[in-house]
Amino acid sequence: SLSEKNKAAVKALWSKIGKSSDAIGNDALSRMIVVYPQTKTYFSHWPEVTPGSPHIKAHGKKVMGGIALAVTKIDDLKTGLSELSEQHAYKLRVDPANFKTLNHCILVVISTMFPKEFTPEAHVSLDKFLSGVALALADRYR
Amino acid sequence: MVEWTDFERNTIQDIFSRIEYDVVGPAALARCLVVYPWTQRYFGGFGNLYNAAAIKGNPMVSKHGTTILNGLERAVKNMDDITNTYAELSVLHSEKLHVDPDNFKLLADCLTIVVAAQLGNEFTGEVQAAFQKFLAVVVSALGRQYR
Repeated sequence: SLSEKNKAAVKALWSKIGKSSDAIGNDALSRMIVVYPQTKTYFSHWPEVTPGSPHIKAHGKKVMGGIALAVTKIDDLKTGLSELSEQHAYKLRVDPANFKTLNHCILVVISTMFPKEFTPEAHVSLDKFLSGVALALADRYR
Repeated sequence: MVEWTDFERNTIQDIFSRIEYDVVGPAALARCLVVYPWTQRYFGGFGNLYNAAAIKGNPMVSKHGTTILNGLERAVKNMDDITNTYAELSVLHSEKLHVDPDNFKLLADCLTIVVAAQLGNEFTGEVQAAFQKFLAVVVSALGRQYR
């Protein structure tokens, strides 16, 4: 579980990278569909699933909005993200393995954009946090 | 046998010609020991791994990080036969070092993060895909001789 130190590190990192969240979301999703092409199956309802497309940009923004929300609910992710979990469980039905995949892409993007800030200490806290988000999102699945 | 596109071959050669092994290796191993602390179980003889600062400054960690990158170079130079190139190393990691092969993936992820930091926006999705494919082949080869 997240220690007070982890939470502080996440909030400190977010204060530096949060304003770039749209760009992070776009890059992470764009990268994900290239590196893990099987993830495109979730977007078959879009006319095209290509990096940097308007759909990807908009969706990246939405996803990062969820992450931003999670930062504010860091003390109780399960409760704080329960609505999003219901949505993912009953409507979107994204296999939770993909949360890990997208999380990895988010970490890679942050590493390319903020190499100095993304120290190993920041990395471990953010990885723990994103894993907690994934767990909370999967909470209502079954 | 693994099929490599020209793009993938060129990308891997290019990355490894650009990175400094004694910077990237130590950084990746240190990051792995910090982000996935249970991996420290294999480094009992390395002395002080008490916190991130100690890990980063530990000379045995640095030396081993460089050793790992030099080991990876063997795969870079033998991309068409990584499985056989690593047969001995696989036996070593299994029979002598007793490393759970799941750990190779953790180190590979840290290596990806460190290389991403080095290359910045040149680490595009396509480059990442090629790099991760290479590392996946390496990880698979290292786990091959386990029984």
